[in-house]
Amino acid sequence: MIRHWIKSGQPWIWLSASTVSISLILVFGLILLIASRGMVHFWPKELVEFQYTERSGQTGAVVGELHETESVSAERLRDAGFELTDDDPFYERLLIKTGNRDVGGQDFRWIVGKRIMQQSLPVNLVAIERREWGNFYGYLQSIKEKDQVIAEGEAVTQELSARLRRALAIHAQIREMEKGDIGEINYAMERLRLKQRRLELDGEDTAANLQAIEQERDLYQEKYNKLQTELAILYEDINRDSVTATVASGQVVEIPLSKMVRVYYPNVMPLFGKMGFYIAKLWEFVSDEPREANTEGGVFPAIFGTVMMVMIMSVMVTPFGVVAAVYLREYASQGVLTRTIRIAVNNLAGVPSIVYGVFGLGFFVYFLGGNIDVLFYPEAAPAPTFGTPGILWSSLTLAILTVPVVIVATEEGLSRIPKSIREGSLALGATKAETLWRTVLPMASPAIMTGLILAIARAAGEVAPLMLVGVVKLAPSLPLDANMPFLHLDRKFMHLGFHIYDVGFQSPNVEAARPLVYATALLLVVVIVILNLSAIAIRNHLREKYRSLEQ
Amino acid sequence: MSSQQTPTHSIDISALGRSESGVDLSTAEVCLEAKQLNLFYGEKQALYDIDLKIPKQKVTAFIGPSGCGKSTLLRCMNRMNDLVDSVRIEGELLLDEKDIYNKSVDVAELRRRVGMVFQKPNPFPKSIYENVAYGLRLQGINDRRTLDDVVERALKRAALWDEVRDRLHDNALGLSGGQQQRLVIARAVAIEPEVLLLDEPASALDPISTLKIEELIYELKDKYTIVIVTHNMQQAARVSDCTAFMYMGKLIEFGDTNQLFTNPVEKQTEDYITGRYG
Repeated sequence: MIRHWIKSGQPWIWLSASTVSISLILVFGLILLIASRGMVHFWPKELVEFQYTERSGQTGAVVGELHETESVSAERLRDAGFELTDDDPFYERLLIKTGNRDVGGQDFRWIVGKRIMQQSLPVNLVAIERREWGNFYGYLQSIKEKDQVIAEGEAVTQELSARLRRALAIHAQIREMEKGDIGEINYAMERLRLKQRRLELDGEDTAANLQAIEQERDLYQEKYNKLQTELAILYEDINRDSVTATVASGQVVEIPLSKMVRVYYPNVMPLFGKMGFYIAKLWEFVSDEPREANTEGGVFPAIFGTVMMVMIMSVMVTPFGVVAAVYLREYASQGVLTRTIRIAVNNLAGVPSIVYGVFGLGFFVYFLGGNIDVLFYPEAAPAPTFGTPGILWSSLTLAILTVPVVIVATEEGLSRIPKSIREGSLALGATKAETLWRTVLPMASPAIMTGLILAIARAAGEVAPLMLVGVVKLAPSLPLDANMPFLHLDRKFMHLGFHIYDVGFQSPNVEAARPLVYATALLLVVVIVILNLSAIAIRNHLREKYRSLEQ
Repeated sequence: MSSQQTPTHSIDISALGRSESGVDLSTAEVCLEAKQLNLFYGEKQALYDIDLKIPKQKVTAFIGPSGCGKSTLLRCMNRMNDLVDSVRIEGELLLDEKDIYNKSVDVAELRRRVGMVFQKPNPFPKSIYENVAYGLRLQGINDRRTLDDVVERALKRAALWDEVRDRLHDNALGLSGGQQQRLVIARAVAIEPEVLLLDEPASALDPISTLKIEELIYELKDKYTIVIVTHNMQQAARVSDCTAFMYMGKLIEFGDTNQLFTNPVEKQTEDYITGRYG
């Protein structure tokens, strides 16, 4: 009976089915874990005030968000200098985000559960998200305008929200001016400088030419000075107000409104308020720039960089791969040489990606980029233009990394076009190239898209080679902006994958960054899924259009 | 469109109301001429010393058992065999007295003059309109009005216009097999070739579609020289003016259809048409 069952092949079917299910469960479990850890990060946590006996024996207040609890052995606590009265082998330990890095020097601390005397959720505990020094947790005292106290006690809350709105509006204005207008002027001035240098190099630096440049520069300088005075006024405006607040230990801190992002009372927040807060934080995460060594704020430049790099890569890899596949399949004589090339191409996909990174750095950045600089950008020397890592070289490096996938998929697609279709086209007087262009390639386009989908899936998650050829921790400007020529292929860019590595492992504030790692990882997965889904949608559309003759 | 007329399966030479007398091959104007044509696939010889004169604006049928070389010979006439790597051709094949295997011949140009329809309908996965316009677009004709005219004319000539006039921009793959084959003929006719090569054009079709194709061939004869390969002797008898019987890569007999079917010269031909082998 059993032997019969084994012979029937059923066990193998069950075995493969169960392996597939286990893999699926693992994948979904992983995504679920990332999602749960990452998404929780944006939910406002309650602020707890603990009465806590310190190591020294003194009792004081500790205020913060409870992040995690774990049990540790008594021995470890004794080693850490605690005097323990009872002899439990294990103690509970709590990780508290105390914030106030400007006061305490760090914003996370562990406290031992046994030594907590009392804990409460005071309603007037306030959390202030700041542009520097992390969050502030404490009690508001008064609000000042130019060192004059405007409101104290209960009235502060009302007053603060109105004044904060004003400060945020001014901040947005300042940022727009600095990034937009002044950025534009700086860019134009830099171009003028390069133009002048170019004239000098070409020996055309006649008085008239130089005069024209000087005039233009004066124009910009004038604009710049005007903006600067405007900015100075704005800065004065934004620095008008400040609040004083006390921290748990009783110390008084003054916080200027110009440094605040948002103020909230987590212990009295209604559910809808929390939801609104959550959505606002989530939106900030995907749409804003990072702050504080990437541990706060958003990851928009990284999303943008990732998507853009993948798109440039797709634009490069498709023609390369398709042309190579067309040659290998349609034109090359199918001999030993072609077979060797095909094997080599297939094996290229197995080369470790860091090797491509090194190759990209050596060949693209130093050789190609260096020569481009010598030939076309002598005016910028010794500063490199293309002779330095940038988004173009990253895309190219990933393009050669993924080109084998596209070649293989395209060849597969070409081989599936029925011979009768080619003959039909040839019989109408089409040349081989016309047949390829008008009939065969369109029919193979779903297969080409399949190759591209695989290429995108591989490229979007790749980090190692990018670290050598263009990704940076923090890019000052996006590779696409309003300044001519709009697309700046020489710029460095940010990437979600590298962002995860940087935030998770290179951050000065590991505890604060950990949930961000999950959130960013989730975002990366989402971005890759979206890129893939759009490619799949295009492919399905093409498939429908070129429903082939395999009836 | 006489769809109630069922195809006849007896050898009835006067089918389709043909009444003309036989073709006199010695005096007829020659369109295509093979001279001592030999063809090899690698080492294997597939055609032996073919000498053949195909008359202009007549229907010539090639018959013979499977593998006798009739399709190969047909595919020589628009150099479709070039696509096979190992093929080697000796001798001459003259179209209007010029050797089409001459080095100076532009193959694409030749195929424009010698159109071909294959055994299995092979429309492109494009609209009906684009299928017919394909050959014209290749020639760089993109003017909408010209294309409209030619497409309509070609579809009418292929007796398909009435069936597809309302859905010219639908995918051609939605047509039935018979319609697809007529579409492919329209596509070939659209570029006004001089010769039309039909490689078993009706073998994949049902009897009614077959009949339509045969009627179509009869219509097209006025303008084109048609060469048709067929397995079906009745079909050959019905549609052709002259018939070539091939066997084992050799041309056994070539002559007026009436004469070949009623009074073959060669013993092999007689055996074949009377069903004694093949």
